[in-house]
Amino acid sequence: MTESADKRCGSAKTGTLAPGTPMCAGCGGLQALHQIYDLLGDRTVFVNAAGCMTLLSIYPYTPFPGSWLYTAMACAPAGAQGIRDALDLLLSKKRIRTKQDLLPVVLTGDGAAYGIGLSATSAAIDRGLDFLYICYDNEGYGNTGHQSSAATPTGARTATSRVDGFAGIKKDLFSIWCAHRPAYVATAIGSEPADLSKKVKKALSLRGPRLLLVLAPCPTGWGFEPARMVDIGKLAVETGSWPLKEYVDGMIRHTHIPSRRVPLEDYLCLQGRFRHLFKPVREDERLSGLQHRVDDYWANLK
Amino acid sequence: MRELLTGNKAAAWGARLADVDYLPVFPITPQTEIIETLAEWIDHGRIDARLTILESEHSMVTAAGAAAATGVRVFTATSSQGLLYAMEMLYNLAGWRVPLVLVNVSRGLSAPITLEPDHNDVLAARDCGFLQLHCTTCQEVLDSVLLGYRLAEDMRVRLPVLVNLDGFYLSFTREPVEIPSAEQVRAFLPPFHPGSNRFAGGTPVSQAVAVLGGTPYSYFRYQAHLASLEAGRIFGRIAQEFEARFGRSFEAVEDYHCDDAEILFVMIGSFASKARAAVDSLRASGQKVGLVRPRLLRPFPVASLVRLFEGKAGVAVVDQNLSNGSGGILHTELAAALYPLSKRPLLVSFVGGLGGRDITAGEFFAMHDVVRRAVGTGQAPPPRLLFTKDELAAVRHMQDIAAGTGETS
Repeated sequence: MTESADKRCGSAKTGTLAPGTPMCAGCGGLQALHQIYDLLGDRTVFVNAAGCMTLLSIYPYTPFPGSWLYTAMACAPAGAQGIRDALDLLLSKKRIRTKQDLLPVVLTGDGAAYGIGLSATSAAIDRGLDFLYICYDNEGYGNTGHQSSAATPTGARTATSRVDGFAGIKKDLFSIWCAHRPAYVATAIGSEPADLSKKVKKALSLRGPRLLLVLAPCPTGWGFEPARMVDIGKLAVETGSWPLKEYVDGMIRHTHIPSRRVPLEDYLCLQGRFRHLFKPVREDERLSGLQHRVDDYWANLK
Repeated sequence: MRELLTGNKAAAWGARLADVDYLPVFPITPQTEIIETLAEWIDHGRIDARLTILESEHSMVTAAGAAAATGVRVFTATSSQGLLYAMEMLYNLAGWRVPLVLVNVSRGLSAPITLEPDHNDVLAARDCGFLQLHCTTCQEVLDSVLLGYRLAEDMRVRLPVLVNLDGFYLSFTREPVEIPSAEQVRAFLPPFHPGSNRFAGGTPVSQAVAVLGGTPYSYFRYQAHLASLEAGRIFGRIAQEFEARFGRSFEAVEDYHCDDAEILFVMIGSFASKARAAVDSLRASGQKVGLVRPRLLRPFPVASLVRLFEGKAGVAVVDQNLSNGSGGILHTELAAALYPLSKRPLLVSFVGGLGGRDITAGEFFAMHDVVRRAVGTGQAPPPRLLFTKDELAAVRHMQDIAAGTGETS
């Protein structure tokens, strides 16, 4: 990132989301949300599905200067639909003024976004709902003790895949969204703030269904020191494991292509959830399988 | 204006006259005619409302509650499995304290799957926090929707209302219905004022945030309970105003020939009209019989019921639902309500009308006989399923066919 790009995309405001929340130290999801909320501002209504971020607002406190509605795990996009429809009606019937309008923002973890809430999400995109969807993807059911979700990567140990790690393949939510032809889809990560900021601004400039799929390094679930959260996030990008890309106008564009990809195991070996691939014996075959998958992704781009 | 309307059309007319803004919908038999009618009216500019087709009842009810929390008047309808699919969010909407009207067109629950009615669907929603109104006629369906909005939107209540009508027996039966004018309804039901607690820029609201510990949770749950109880008192006053304006009485509990009755039938829903006819026949043969029909089931109108039941000899509680391993749900509710009475009547439980199974006039007479005998002995017989030997034979025949061992000719 160059200095000028950083300046161009830097946020005018910081600290919109108040500090002092009960999120875990080093939460990558909260890091991203701080940056995103600085750009969205308080003319938003977050519609939340059960997940870690549900615990941001605990009665009688809230870190949000804007509005918030908790729905349930499966249906946050439907809550956003009801609010958007109601606001449109109130505006058209002149019962509220334009400056009272709000942007409905769905806020979910991967458990809801990839799984139980996918039907409601698909339908909201089909209906062309004008909303922003933020998924903080910590690759597991975070606040219940990190069990496997459909977003868990192959080989990761979770509370429900304790021995050999998760046997499935991380579901490609980016492609699922793109298949619906929405207004905008982007992957991002809090440790690449300039890229994230550009994408939030891009999303805000468009109307219709928009997704920000944000990888959220999770110290407690992934097993690393909270202080390493930014490093882990940067390695997710530089190893090519978490490609930064966006879909707009029917085209997919990578916003950052690592010039020399760091070996994947540099990312994996820092995390407790992959320790069994290195100790007590190094699982060369499995490690190279994972590396091949990353290599294939980038090789198939052309 | 008087017109022949199905129960479904009457429900749609209720929503139209209530001048609803927003209709999140999902079709299910036998409710579909309600949303098709409303969709057609929107297409022809008869209602200034927005209709959004959701992908499930779970989402439909979520959108309904979120829109009501944003400050518009919302109507929706479902049935049976749809109501159960939405159940998680029914609890949420009551917790959000949002006013709206949800019509349920009663239908038996799977499995086995059926299209025909009973009350297990709506009684499964008994404890979700919605207030419940139960209809016997198409006229009541229209009126209940209007009353429902007045009740739900009262600042002392602010709870969603469920209006129930029986599938097929009411949903598709045409009856003469008095349709009030829009002006008449406006005088009774003014435009929706959401109050300050709604989503809009400049006035941030956090709704349904997490609580830690049982203390705040208990507080909020109990506040909704108190509001439900308050709704009972407010309902009485709204019903009086309704009668003054429209000339139709709408007591929380309808009583028919109860004053001098010794034996009472208790029923909700459309089959109560059959009980009413049975009461007429039994009265003609000199029996002192009456009918009690709760319109309001949540809050449960205990005081009205106690007044009607005190000193009576026997009661036939006819449930169109079955709580497996227990019996009829209304029977349990009534037994609990009447327990404190020193002169409480003998309650006899009957379960009938499951999955649309008819209850015949002869069966009402037989139930009356059973209750009379029980009063004589002072001993209530165990709950009885209304089911004849012929019906059992018919099922056995089907089982033979299904097993491939029977005569199919």
